[in-house]
Amino acid sequence: MRQPTGSAYFMEEHHEPVARHTLAILVDNEPGVLARVIGLFSGRGYNIDSLTVSEVSHEANLSRITVVTTGPAEVIDQIKTQLDRLVPVHSVVDLTLTGRALERELLLVKVRGKGEARVEALSLADAFRARVIDATIESFVFEITGKPDKLDQFIILMKPLGLVEVARTGVASIARGPEGMAE
Amino acid sequence: MAADLTAAPTERMTGAEIVIRALADQGVEHIFGYPGGAVLPIYDALFQQNSIEHVLVRHEQGATHMAEGYARSSGKPGVVLVTSGPGATNAVTGLTDALMDSIPLVCITGQVPTHLIGSDAFQECDTVGITRPCTKHNYLVKDVNDLAQVLHEAFYVATSGRPGPVVVDIPKDVQFATGGYIGPRNVVHKTYHPKLKGDAEKIKAAIELLRGAKKPIFYTGGGVINSGPRASELLREFAHLTGAPVTSTLMGLGAFPASDPQWLGMLGMHGSYEANNAMHDCDVMLCVGARFDDRITGRLDAFSPGSRKIHIDIDPSSINKNVKVEVGIVGDVAHVLEDMIQIWKASRAQIDPAGLMDWERRINSWRARNCFAYKASETTIKPQQAIERLYELTKGPDTYITTEVGQHQMWAAQYYKFDEPNRWMTSGGLGTMGYGMPAAIGVQKAHPEGLVIDIAGEASIQMCIQELSTAVQYELPIKVFVLNNEYMGMVRQWQQLLHGSRYSHSYSEALPDFVKLAEAYGVKGLRCEHPDDLDATIKAMIDHPGPVFVDCVVDKMENCFPMIPSGRAHNEMLLGDVGEKTVNEAITEEGKMLV
Repeated sequence: MRQPTGSAYFMEEHHEPVARHTLAILVDNEPGVLARVIGLFSGRGYNIDSLTVSEVSHEANLSRITVVTTGPAEVIDQIKTQLDRLVPVHSVVDLTLTGRALERELLLVKVRGKGEARVEALSLADAFRARVIDATIESFVFEITGKPDKLDQFIILMKPLGLVEVARTGVASIARGPEGMAE
Repeated sequence: MAADLTAAPTERMTGAEIVIRALADQGVEHIFGYPGGAVLPIYDALFQQNSIEHVLVRHEQGATHMAEGYARSSGKPGVVLVTSGPGATNAVTGLTDALMDSIPLVCITGQVPTHLIGSDAFQECDTVGITRPCTKHNYLVKDVNDLAQVLHEAFYVATSGRPGPVVVDIPKDVQFATGGYIGPRNVVHKTYHPKLKGDAEKIKAAIELLRGAKKPIFYTGGGVINSGPRASELLREFAHLTGAPVTSTLMGLGAFPASDPQWLGMLGMHGSYEANNAMHDCDVMLCVGARFDDRITGRLDAFSPGSRKIHIDIDPSSINKNVKVEVGIVGDVAHVLEDMIQIWKASRAQIDPAGLMDWERRINSWRARNCFAYKASETTIKPQQAIERLYELTKGPDTYITTEVGQHQMWAAQYYKFDEPNRWMTSGGLGTMGYGMPAAIGVQKAHPEGLVIDIAGEASIQMCIQELSTAVQYELPIKVFVLNNEYMGMVRQWQQLLHGSRYSHSYSEALPDFVKLAEAYGVKGLRCEHPDDLDATIKAMIDHPGPVFVDCVVDKMENCFPMIPSGRAHNEMLLGDVGEKTVNEAITEEGKMLV
């Protein structure tokens, strides 16, 4: 069996194929639980590409943390088992492995401009099904939801048209089909 | 809080009284601590009761190591009580040590009153923030009505699954406040329920692998000890059933008897020639409660390349972390071994006797290399010889050995032989100098009749030497046996091998006169400088009824072999008799970069 890299004894750097995975982590909504999760990522040198956290059940006192991370398959496995052994963690599901998980993110974009650029921004926003949620004579704030790459694309298009500011929520993700997240 | 209240609290008392009551209900008899402003109410409650005995330490790090020694030698959780701020930060080294070596500790820290948290109050620190990465779990209790539940939960988390340290941080106002008490039986954890039984299919697959083996090996670790004495019994039974040779990590010594013919000695960086070679050449490896640490594997891509591997571990994150295995079994060692033995017996399984005999022959050829041989001297005490004599004169089921960290620790592991679990306490994962003497105090507290010896170095011992005073206060007859080579020996050895013998700051300059120092503390001090005096000194040490400090002056330049040089495969060991030139050229430029 080929052994993984990452040991203090492994001299050559190996570049293994990395993949992007979305993990859903159900946790007790108690003080410090987010710090535990984030501390695990920073302490063990894992990547966080995106992070969202919010209470999902007030009665059961549960929060859901969605982390998008990249790494080789073994590292993703390690992340899951390391998360799973945190005491307040109920369950960890790799939504990427469940296949066809839905991913959405919300983006707010402020664009400043006049004349043609302003018209162009508005028509592109329309094409992307973004909504105008604030407008002045020289600016718009657009709201748009979608997959992260769609939002990336929208930001790229807005750049030459007077992009001022970007706020993104990070990815929320859920599996397709009738089943809920396994406990 | 992550627990269900299945019963309403029946009694009301102050937070401080809840702490004492919860400890008593958890069966705690001894705690190790140091008072301070933010724990005064708990100390006041301690004063007014008799069920729990408190051991006053001289530094909070000492308290944590005492609790570790207590836990490791008794199988019960160790309990620490310290104050806020510096009390808590001083405990961090011991907490990290316990996390790395999977030792169950409950550490109660005082905190400034709730309304002062975050104001940079006197002796305030973010204890839960600081200890989050160095504990298995931690709590800040802001409501006295949660306190009993949290304390019981803390004991549950510390002792179940892979054991570890748990901190409970209690603000001073919560200690004064009055609230309800619930007993331990009313607390059921909501999320944390480690799996004890191994997956039946995987156990079957493991048995299939083992019965097809020609060159099997059992690689065992601290998980066997942590699983309890039954696990050690089952390990012995299974090893004898299969005929497989057994090696162990530093943490697992004693689980399998060193006197057994199937014993290969410790493996790893300073392990035996036969153990490392057998690990490298085996065809089926059964890893029981060990974690493929870098001290064991050497360079990973050359680690036991021809073997199929089975890994039993209660912590799923240990499986496939460093080394990929064919069969990973998540479960408690005793539970899994029991199932394996049952299947093995029921199916009348057997490892091919001819193959096993060949394997034994090869192992015996490695044994014949006699890797622990050293040249004795007529004028200077060799450190190996000191440990050998110490072993011969002190061995027995009631002898407990602790160590500090460095060359003396490795020599102790190589030359002191253990036949029972829970007799060997050492800092493995973190490698904490200063561990051994306080740990010995904790062991002695748990085993008042035992002979407890801290095998130490003259550098390590100075890191927690103040605890001699604790030993004297509580009349704990620990024996400190220092191998004094006037160097931080392991640092010096690495400087010799890796840095052209430039001994940068590794000489123990300005050493105290240890005999006088011991006597100043009220400890009997002995010095031994000549091989002829060794036995008499050790006997005098044993015969003295109180604590003894032996300053055993040994060869200054002795190196610890065998050694797997950094960056080398685990079968490329350096042995002590190969000559200085080979030793100096053994480590590559790349290897020098490694730890």
